[in-house]
Amino acid sequence: MLSFVLFAILAGLILALVAGPLGCFIVWRRMAYFGDTLAHSALLGIAMGLLADINLQIAVVLACLLIAFALLGLEQRKTLATDTLLGILAHSSLALGLVMLSFTDNRIDLMAYLFGDLLAISTAELLWLAGGSLMTLVVLLLKWNELLSLTLHPELAHVEGLDTSRLRIMLLLIMALMVAVSMKIVGVLLITSLLIIPPATARHYATSPEQMALGASVAGMLSVIGGITASWYLDTPPGPSIVTTAALLFILSHLTRRPV
Amino acid sequence: MITTSHPESHNTAPVLTLRSVGFSASGREILHNISLSIAPGQIVTLIGPNGAGKTTLIKIAMGLLKPDSGNVQLQPGTRIGYMPQRLQMEATIPLRVDRFLGLAPGTDRASISGTLKEVGASHVLNSNVASLSGGELQRVLLARALLRNPGLLVLDEPTQGVDLKGQAELYNLITRIRDRHHCSVLMVSHDLHLVMSSTDEVICLNQHVCCHGHPEQVGNDPIYLEMFGRKGVEAMALYTHHHNHHHDLTGDIVRDPKGS
Repeated sequence: MLSFVLFAILAGLILALVAGPLGCFIVWRRMAYFGDTLAHSALLGIAMGLLADINLQIAVVLACLLIAFALLGLEQRKTLATDTLLGILAHSSLALGLVMLSFTDNRIDLMAYLFGDLLAISTAELLWLAGGSLMTLVVLLLKWNELLSLTLHPELAHVEGLDTSRLRIMLLLIMALMVAVSMKIVGVLLITSLLIIPPATARHYATSPEQMALGASVAGMLSVIGGITASWYLDTPPGPSIVTTAALLFILSHLTRRPV
Repeated sequence: MITTSHPESHNTAPVLTLRSVGFSASGREILHNISLSIAPGQIVTLIGPNGAGKTTLIKIAMGLLKPDSGNVQLQPGTRIGYMPQRLQMEATIPLRVDRFLGLAPGTDRASISGTLKEVGASHVLNSNVASLSGGELQRVLLARALLRNPGLLVLDEPTQGVDLKGQAELYNLITRIRDRHHCSVLMVSHDLHLVMSSTDEVICLNQHVCCHGHPEQVGNDPIYLEMFGRKGVEAMALYTHHHNHHHDLTGDIVRDPKGS
């Protein structure tokens, strides 16, 4: 009986571990809204996957990449600000996803995708999460310094011989991958919170990028354990409980932060 | 005051050559028919009003932008050390100076502390990058460029955010670095009088090369006087009279005896 809770905790811990360092880049590079847009487009991916009858995780990665490249294309024109473009892409892809879902035979639990259904995670989904997380972690570890250089000054990084456009696409790919594999845990509407809140919490204590990344992982994992425990005893929805715990930790860290 | 090229600069092929470079962005011509060359050990300063295309030109020189016409030739094997105006970071990234300098490819602890000493900023080795003063940050950025053992140093407004006294010190430092490392220097400046003693050649740029030559020559050129002499000197006078104090390297306010 406890096994599905252990499953849920394991899934949550894996996600939090990887979301920590990845989320740091999203915070440093001011990509929070971008992450949100990717997450919104995930629902479009689900709809596309159901209609085309392909693997849903792959469909979500494809949809995220589609939206990401659409954004890159639109940004080149520079006639509209990036936040406007992100708003258009986020909401129209979410809306289109919902419209397309109405054409499928409705056997899908929409709430599970919007807000997560951690306690119903299947073995296959757990394996996808573990695989995607491992890949993301390996990329982050191997490319950590290069991604850091890219974030600090892309042109300096380029002059120093880094392939900056490849690094950018790599970052985009692992973001899309993480959105796809973690959707089931907190849902498309709350995914970015796990990527942003723990790094923000860790920022209050960190003195190096690595400390911030590690601290974010720890804060995220504590949120997962706290959220699932609360959900167990208080019968609250697990995804929102995890995010609420993360937010409480953030407030706590804000109150106890080191004087800068 | 006679400024000469570095002795070794004679009878050797230029480190960098630009031939009839043109560049436009969104239908507006930014650079028109620019040709220049930099001899080994030579310091070349680009000077011109805002929007003259100075930053665009050095980006083309470094290969960050492709010119629409003309060509850029860097002597094979020449490493470029680039000192940007500032970093794209705020307090969101906890980063100490030693870690930042360590991000330059192929550096070790000894070279980091040695280079930092050379630019006169040893005392900030363990400081947070976000907490540095304008002058300290410029020196740290210069150290990062030097760590690559560059054959060509490209400096984009190296004295940005530095008070007048600090600017003179920085320009002296750049000359000493050129003498010691035998590298060429291409830099952007907005004040001819301050760079005068530390540059071999001045190129006055306003979309095209207005005039060029030794600093005294340019200072007396009617075109230069047209551009800076009337409007510019007034603006400069305003600028210098703005302040009744300056900051020393630790950031403390030092009152000027003359005041305003």
